[in-house]
Amino acid sequence: MRRFLATLALSASLLAAPAGAETAPRATGGLGLVIERATGSVLLVDRIAHEVISRIEGLGDLSHASVTFSPDERLAYVFGRDGGLTQVDMLTGAITARVLQGGNAIGGAISDDGALVAVSNYEPGGVRVFDAETLEMVADIPSGGKTVGLVDLPNRRFAWTVWETGTVWLADLSGEVPVITDLGQAGLNPYDAVLSGDGRHYIVGLFGEKGLTLFDMWQDAPEPVRFLSDYGREDAEMPVYKMPHLQGWALTEGQFALPAVGQHALLWVERATLAQAGRTALHGQPIFAVAQPGSPYVWVNFALPHNDTLQVLDSRTHEVVATLTPGAAVLHMEFSPRGHELWVSSRDGNRVFVYDTHSRTVKAELEAQSPSGIFFTARAHRTGL
Amino acid sequence: MRNAPALCLAATLAGFAPVPAAAEISAERVERLEHMLVQDCGSCHGLVRKGGLGSPLTRDALAHAAPEGLAAIILDGIPGTAMPPWRALLTEAEALWMAHHLLMEPRE
Ligand code: HEC
Repeated sequence: MRRFLATLALSASLLAAPAGAETAPRATGGLGLVIERATGSVLLVDRIAHEVISRIEGLGDLSHASVTFSPDERLAYVFGRDGGLTQVDMLTGAITARVLQGGNAIGGAISDDGALVAVSNYEPGGVRVFDAETLEMVADIPSGGKTVGLVDLPNRRFAWTVWETGTVWLADLSGEVPVITDLGQAGLNPYDAVLSGDGRHYIVGLFGEKGLTLFDMWQDAPEPVRFLSDYGREDAEMPVYKMPHLQGWALTEGQFALPAVGQHALLWVERATLAQAGRTALHGQPIFAVAQPGSPYVWVNFALPHNDTLQVLDSRTHEVVATLTPGAAVLHMEFSPRGHELWVSSRDGNRVFVYDTHSRTVKAELEAQSPSGIFFTARAHRTGL
Repeated sequence: MRNAPALCLAATLAGFAPVPAAAEISAERVERLEHMLVQDCGSCHGLVRKGGLGSPLTRDALAHAAPEGLAAIILDGIPGTAMPPWRALLTEAEALWMAHHLLMEPRE
């Protein structure tokens, strides 16, 4: 064990050296990026050694930034708020390409074969698609408003939703010419969407009305199916200081865990019937609810003013089994691929905490400047992220 | 259109102090408010206020507005949109401070 750690430390120091770093034997499977939201930088981290390898600067406005990875886990694509798309080499820690592709962007996705990177834009709206290697634009798809819930689907396809119009779009980029299909209306002011890991269900959350809308993407012509259209929203409606992020929301025990917008509650929905199976009262309005791999547990963080807290739910009983307070403004959580650890960013605590998920205690912490999103390279192998 | 709720809300705010004396808000709280503007308002309006789900809050974008109107929007939100009311988290003086701050100081 000691030797193992020593080896890691050695390779980390080799990596920090600017010259010859590419040739040092090193894998990327234990690496990740932590977004430093206010300073336009990201930390290259070793999640196994719990270490920061280096800080990469010059990525622009990174509020709401997200990251996807190439299939070989070598390259990271960082999507910035200011429309910047930055390609980072995870081995050298260097920026290898960067374009300012739009005025105001909120996320992206990479095609299943790793050839295309799509970016969702608020300004000028729509989706732009880039060659993953060179970041040259290969398609520009306007869609009449701010794009939310962009996901990748098998066979070089992407789906997304438009905030103003509620329309869901499917783009097939497998042929010579992109084929763009209007899948229909999700509802009023869709704020985000999520794709189940098997690529089947695309679920759109609505801000402007109650309920959610599901599309079965395994069908030839997916159609909108409304569900949970009455989750008692008026009873306890509260100001929504932050929209929930549906990406990564839990699917576990045959159930979707979904946020009740404006309420201190999480809703459980049977995947097979779309009927509500339960409701869990929470400490605040949920932002993320992520399933701990290999377990029945779902970890939830919250919007202002309850954002110093995490709760752990058991998907079998729908009960809260633990309430933790890691630090000020907990923005994001990322599990190790097999769930033994959870990384948690505390923006205002300027810390990233590493939880042992078995004991639910903090086993390590890293310093970071206003950290928000945490992204491990294992995301490369998951559909819909 | 966007101004309409602002104006009528502002009109209802009789007795509202026109400019908050700096002394009313402690230095510590000012720091906290600045932080909130960047981070929490920033999650919808962008860290540099160029807009996102929320409209741009740059000095140019707000040139049409009076501070009292903006403060009223901050406190009560804009019904029917994603702009939430912040009354539970901010006092009237603090909202007005924020409004002045938005009008005077470009973030970048
Ligand atoms: C959950 C998202 C969200 C958050 C958080 C948010 N806003 Fe807004 N805000 C909006 C939206 C959306 C609009 C535009 C509404 C419309 O007119 O369509 C808006 C509009 C405004 C306006 C009116 C702008 C104009 O041109 O008249 C002001 C001022 C404003 N917000 C201030 C703030 C401040 C200050 C904060 C932080 C305390 C904040 N907002 C936080 C969503 C948000």
